[in-house]
Amino acid sequence: MSTSELLEMRDVHVTYRTSEGELPAVRGVDLTVRRGQIVGVAGESGCGKSTLASTVLRLQAANAMVSGEVLFDGQDVLTMRWGDLRAVRWVGASIVFQGALHSLNPVHRIGAQIAEPIQVHAPGLAEGRVRERIESLLEQVGLDPARARSYPHQLSGGQKQRVMIAMALACDPQLVVADEPTTALDVMVQAQVLGVLSGLVRERGLGMMMISHDLSVLGDLCDRITVMYAGRVVEEGPAEQIFADPLHPYSAALSAAFPRVGDPSARFAPSGLPGDPPLPWDLPGGCTFAPRCPRAAEVCLPAEPVLTSYGEGRAAACVRIGQPDETQHHGSPGEVAS
Amino acid sequence: MTAAEKKAEQSTRAELSAEGVRVEFTTRAGRVARALDGANLLVRGGEVVALVGESGSGKTTLARTLVGLAEPVAGEIRWQGSPMKRSGRGLKALRRHVQLVLQDPAGALNPRQTVYESVAEGLRVHHLVAKSGRTETELVAEALASAGLRPPETLFLRYPHELSGGQRQRVLIAGALAVQPQLLIADEPVSSLDASIRGEILALLLKLREELGLGVLVVTHDLGLAWNIADRIAVMYLGRVVEAGPTEEVLTSPQHPYTQALLSVVPEMTGLEPIVLRGEIPDPTRIPSGCRFHPRCPALASGAAEAVADACRGRSLEILPADPEGHRSACHLVAARERVVARRDGSSLTSSRPATSSTGAGSAAEAGGGTS
Repeated sequence: MSTSELLEMRDVHVTYRTSEGELPAVRGVDLTVRRGQIVGVAGESGCGKSTLASTVLRLQAANAMVSGEVLFDGQDVLTMRWGDLRAVRWVGASIVFQGALHSLNPVHRIGAQIAEPIQVHAPGLAEGRVRERIESLLEQVGLDPARARSYPHQLSGGQKQRVMIAMALACDPQLVVADEPTTALDVMVQAQVLGVLSGLVRERGLGMMMISHDLSVLGDLCDRITVMYAGRVVEEGPAEQIFADPLHPYSAALSAAFPRVGDPSARFAPSGLPGDPPLPWDLPGGCTFAPRCPRAAEVCLPAEPVLTSYGEGRAAACVRIGQPDETQHHGSPGEVAS
Repeated sequence: MTAAEKKAEQSTRAELSAEGVRVEFTTRAGRVARALDGANLLVRGGEVVALVGESGSGKTTLARTLVGLAEPVAGEIRWQGSPMKRSGRGLKALRRHVQLVLQDPAGALNPRQTVYESVAEGLRVHHLVAKSGRTETELVAEALASAGLRPPETLFLRYPHELSGGQRQRVLIAGALAVQPQLLIADEPVSSLDASIRGEILALLLKLREELGLGVLVVTHDLGLAWNIADRIAVMYLGRVVEAGPTEEVLTSPQHPYTQALLSVVPEMTGLEPIVLRGEIPDPTRIPSGCRFHPRCPALASGAAEAVADACRGRSLEILPADPEGHRSACHLVAARERVVARRDGSSLTSSRPATSSTGAGSAAEAGGGTS
């Protein structure tokens, strides 16, 4: 393994044990994040992306069974001793959680909350040095250092999200996992927060794993994108290609859901994907996407497609790629491809 | 009456407008926050209007004011030409025709009410069952089906927590549709939903416009959504509409530097250099003097607006009228450019007529209220 690979997930499975039986949430995912790289993970709610992220720091729920390997800097987080894991958390890798707006403690000042991980991981540090560190962190995310004395309710949504990012950076981690970091924010604040994140990756050579259902945001920000559906990777490749020229029909549907402003074909033609993702205890046989897929055909039913390479650094799991559409699904008889 | 006749009738009759509406809130410290400061807007049956802006621009306050949930201290809300009556009876009559779909479907539905109860509530409040000559069950089923929840009977006894986000949003829309309104005001109808459901809800709004002649006001910060479904767009900043016009014109050739900045940060916009504005919308208790956007204006900061800089800082702008046809913006720089073009061409008007600055009563009032 070369040193540029910061995070390497190999064949990760996560199954939740519940009273209703075993629910497979993640079913064999491979994913690599290099230093200085932003990797996006896309998919709808319930496709397993947040569950996958939780395994990076072994934060998965108590009823989750995890198998496979999650190598952080070459060491397997899943089998690591507790003391080593503690060292990896915050210092090696940190997570910016979804719904950051409610993740801050309302009765403590911002500064005290950022100080907590610093004091835990560097117990001897003088108070003055901790304060300096907090001020420089706030500056890095574009906030006034005086904000350290504010309480969360005195901040706007965008400011709280920046505090969460500052906190994630408190111990100088090499990897940051950001779970829907801008979902609740408006466009301008989203642009500000994304600018902070991409600046950090560029300037400090961090690795970043970014989770979102918004393929347009990922396409803009990431180097690579992994698209998940029903706990599996259905497509993987360079970000701009996945957004602009997706191979898998599911990626295509996600991409089309965010119209390009100025594109005449999107006027009065919002594009959606009917139906819901399958329930983990009731996965359809064959391709799990087939019941919702506009291109589904007989060939999709016998077996779940495997991830197949399509040229440089691109892979997709769909047997219909490159096949002509059958006429019983689309178009008029005049359009028959001979 | 045929569907076509009904549609034609609705689109000519339904007309909701805000005229110079000002809404104020008093903070605990006693300062007055002007959430709306002279907002003009018009929505008619059969059209989709998008109201866009950042958080804090006043767009949700305007939506709430339009259905009487906030009371203007100045200006008027008019329904079909006559001023809204703020009595209980007056508001009830208005809400029979204009329905609000709230943001956050998880919070807007009563967790202890079944889907059936939630949708039937409007029918009962407005006593619509007896008038229709049909049963309540039929009307509820019809509303759910028209919101795309089929078969409706399977959802009657479900509680909100048993539904997906998209289903909850549809139940809210069904509840609004049950009273057969002429206008629907939807506050961020898809912002909390997955990419796949987003398109479906938007398609539903377009379909309702097509089939029922419904007028829709969508409040959103998402310009892609406006491009997807809106006929017209109004951009709000700090309590006022700063640019408005047909969606195609406003989004392909935005005039106001604020609209240009908003458009440049839409992630899927390629070929535009992103103009990321610093900070957030200022505190509405201290509305900047002159043009209210000037402290964040990229044109002023870059020197592009040097020639009109004094006007930007000191002279307030006329409030944009609720013009249902033209493309207008409230900006000193745009006005100055238009004057140059007009002088060169000898023609005094182009398709886009900016509201030029004035030193009339409006600016005096603003200068007084803005900085004190």
